[in-house]
Amino acid sequence: MNPYLAGVLLGLVVLSANMISGRGLGASGAVKSAIVTTVDAVAPAHTESSEYYVMAKGTHGNPLNNWLVYQVLGVLVGAFLSGVLARRLTWKVEHSPKITSKTRLVFALAGGVLFGFGSQLGRGCTSGAALSGMAVFSLGGFITMAAIFGTAFALAYFFRKLWI
Amino acid sequence: MAPFVVYDIISENTNLLLAFFIGIGFGFILEQAGFSSSRKLAGVFYGYDAVVLKVFFTAAIVGMLGLLFFSLFGWVDMSVIYVNETYLYSAIVGGVIMGAGFIMGGYCPGTSFCAATIGKIDAIVFIGGMFLGVFIFGEGYPLWKNLYMAEYMGFPKISEFFGINEGIFVLLAIVAAVLMFWGAEWAEKKFPREEY
Repeated sequence: MNPYLAGVLLGLVVLSANMISGRGLGASGAVKSAIVTTVDAVAPAHTESSEYYVMAKGTHGNPLNNWLVYQVLGVLVGAFLSGVLARRLTWKVEHSPKITSKTRLVFALAGGVLFGFGSQLGRGCTSGAALSGMAVFSLGGFITMAAIFGTAFALAYFFRKLWI
Repeated sequence: MAPFVVYDIISENTNLLLAFFIGIGFGFILEQAGFSSSRKLAGVFYGYDAVVLKVFFTAAIVGMLGLLFFSLFGWVDMSVIYVNETYLYSAIVGGVIMGAGFIMGGYCPGTSFCAATIGKIDAIVFIGGMFLGVFIFGEGYPLWKNLYMAEYMGFPKISEFFGINEGIFVLLAIVAAVLMFWGAEWAEKKFPREEY
């Protein structure tokens, strides 16, 4: 799909989320909901004694009642449908020919840990803090966006073998 | 008047159902734009493929412009729309850590979900890492609580911060985006890659 057309359509999705539900899109919040629910199920006494989990249970506690969880389930379905239509369904480790699959997976894991951690500290990821925050003129959204893209640009040279 | 759920035009349950359909649109568009490929996403940082920049900034501007017009038309009550709060230090440090995760892992959370559904094993591993990262944040919370809560600024809008009207801000954002798109098209010609 033409990237500018995809951008307009994605903007309309952000707009409809705000018009319908009064909020933006997200992704990392669903992970938070899953973690908080799991920890609470396994060790309820532990969550009760943790300031963070008590706070998180208030906003992300019940996944069956969480807007973002339903939205992320939709993302999985929508992306899968698109992949079927474009005939892109295939098991694959995507990496530069300069590195092995194993190296790629090690860095994917490390990147995931950092992104998961950073999304909690930054109160949202590229979707929730940056994109949706920018759509509602949030100063924090613009700052987080600049920090994400600025850092990735600044570090690109050091990780070039992973990609080019 | 929007937001529909706040004005009781739709019920809470309908709102959750619509969240699912909004997600379908979100995931479908990301995948169609090619965001299920980490090497395509990472392309923006090396110039060979700037699809991330084009999609991201076009979407942000359409969102901003849409909400601005709809509020001027009186279709949406902006006072009840969620505006992300700003904690200055955690917004910066969180963003820096996410940026490092982006260049190492090749995905962000939303795009990793898309890539995982079409069978990218690196995306599934990234998601596993994300769960671990969120868990580490939760377990070690007392260690970073001060940073997490520091420099609370409330819910400032960037236009208020610069002391300009929202319309003028969007206009400046559009000019900036057009310049970036021009740079992106130039970079893609300057640093081409045949296959990735």
